Amino acid sequence: MDLRRAAAIVGVYEHPTRYAPDKSEQLIIAESIIGALNDAGLEKKDVDALFVAAMPPGITGYGLCDYLNLYPRWVDSTNVGGGSFEFHLSHALTAIAAGRIQCAVIAYGSTARSGGVAVGTGGATRWGQARIAPVPDSFEDIYGTTTVGLYAMVAQRHMHEYGTKPEQLAEIAVTMRYHASMNPHAMYRDPITVEDVLTSRMISSPLHLLDCCVISDGGGAVVVASPSLARSAKKKPVWVLGVGESIAHQGGGWRDLMEMAAYQSAPQAFRMAGVTHQDVDMCMIYDSFTITVLMTFENLGFCKRGEGGAFVSGGRLRIDGEMPTNPDGGGLSSNHPGMRGIFLLIEATKQLRGDYAGTPRQVHARRNRSEPPSIALCHGTGGALGSRHSGGTVILGRD
Amino acid sequence: MTTAPQQYKKLLPAISGETRPFWEACKRGELLIQRCAKCGKYQFYPRGFCSHCWAAEPPQWVKASGKGKVYTFTITYQNRSPGYAEEVPYVLALVELEEGVRMFTNIVDCKPQDVHIGMPVEVVFRKATEEVTIPYFRPAKP
Ligand SMILES: [Zn+2]
Repeated sequence: MDLRRAAAIVGVYEHPTRYAPDKSEQLIIAESIIGALNDAGLEKKDVDALFVAAMPPGITGYGLCDYLNLYPRWVDSTNVGGGSFEFHLSHALTAIAAGRIQCAVIAYGSTARSGGVAVGTGGATRWGQARIAPVPDSFEDIYGTTTVGLYAMVAQRHMHEYGTKPEQLAEIAVTMRYHASMNPHAMYRDPITVEDVLTSRMISSPLHLLDCCVISDGGGAVVVASPSLARSAKKKPVWVLGVGESIAHQGGGWRDLMEMAAYQSAPQAFRMAGVTHQDVDMCMIYDSFTITVLMTFENLGFCKRGEGGAFVSGGRLRIDGEMPTNPDGGGLSSNHPGMRGIFLLIEATKQLRGDYAGTPRQVHARRNRSEPPSIALCHGTGGALGSRHSGGTVILGRD
Repeated sequence: MTTAPQQYKKLLPAISGETRPFWEACKRGELLIQRCAKCGKYQFYPRGFCSHCWAAEPPQWVKASGKGKVYTFTITYQNRSPGYAEEVPYVLALVELEEGVRMFTNIVDCKPQDVHIGMPVEVVFRKATEEVTIPYFRPAKP
């Protein structure tokens, strides 16, 4: 079955909050879904599928259906960490192509910041009471793993094998902050320099504070529709061209740490979409840490293994560069409510639709600088590179 | 009579049937890894089956040399969990054993700044409680 253009994103909504101490996660999810349906010109009655992932164990498909007072015919609570929403889009595409559903809502909400969740440095107790399992936690968490630490070990190895420099990682953070300066909702908007990154506090060597994403509250939603429904929606459809999913793990103790899940998910997505890397006008790359971005570009195949440092240098990732990346400011500066994958889909959709036309935040097509981008690639990562993680690649395109 | 309050504040491993031989060996000062009789491959962390070939026969426990090299590491300066927060900065590392498999550990008995990738290390055991002894690695003695 040719899944290209079998479904389209017809509505998106990014919750503007970065701090919402008086809202529940569920309310942020509900407000996001309502916002995305408004964007699409669709209503509650049109929704026949719900896809949700969240950090607290209580928020799953059935609990949220109760809260939303919704009776969908398809529910998917796939949770593979922060990149879950790229998996959701992949699953929604398949369900729509099979004719089981017409309209899916993918949603996320979190109060990680107002709840004081130490996402990156809380160690095993970051979600409250530590629950240690015989395997694998008993062979990892007892040594004081943190999310930052697990990524930092991979960064250290990358530097050792390829000579990747802290300055190259820092440039990613600087670029994201530059983009955030154009986003009125971004959590941090004041420009930073490479020097600022390198002199910021070391959290887990070689990653400094400014190599790490922010912790915010927030949420968002995406409406995915069948082609016939998409044609009747209010906004121009953004077509799902290709999707790919993968998991990378320790392989019984033998895994090459430099190989990400993206190495397997990207070829799936490119093959399905029938496009090449040269066709991609912009990227939304999950930026939990600067090293995540650098290695994702390598594993997606935009450059060779070990060349990521050079790839992200020289302003290539800036809005006005060769591969505009995370024009919203990313998790490093705009928002990161624990899981961030939904925002990759939201920003890519807005950019493809030309929602920011006439402002410096609008990305342009590679072939025609007076037009919005034609093709965007989103790659969500969930979990931790140093232990096990998920990778979901999505390629989107406009008419 | 009440027992003394637990002095060990860090996380203790949960021990199950499939991992008990590993932790029992630690108490004897031995590092065990697993090798599959069918496919011949080593695996770590231990499991009740061979994760490589899913053989019907469970893998064999074999004594590792306890020597290896630092594959990668990080000096952790911030961890909000009790027990670890007090110990920063500490070295979280992946050590590649001579047998090839890698395991998480802490590098101890040296300054964090002296740790580097490729550094030869050897296992050292430290008693956490009466029931649990945990393997760490320290710079190898020449
Ligand atoms: Zn085997």
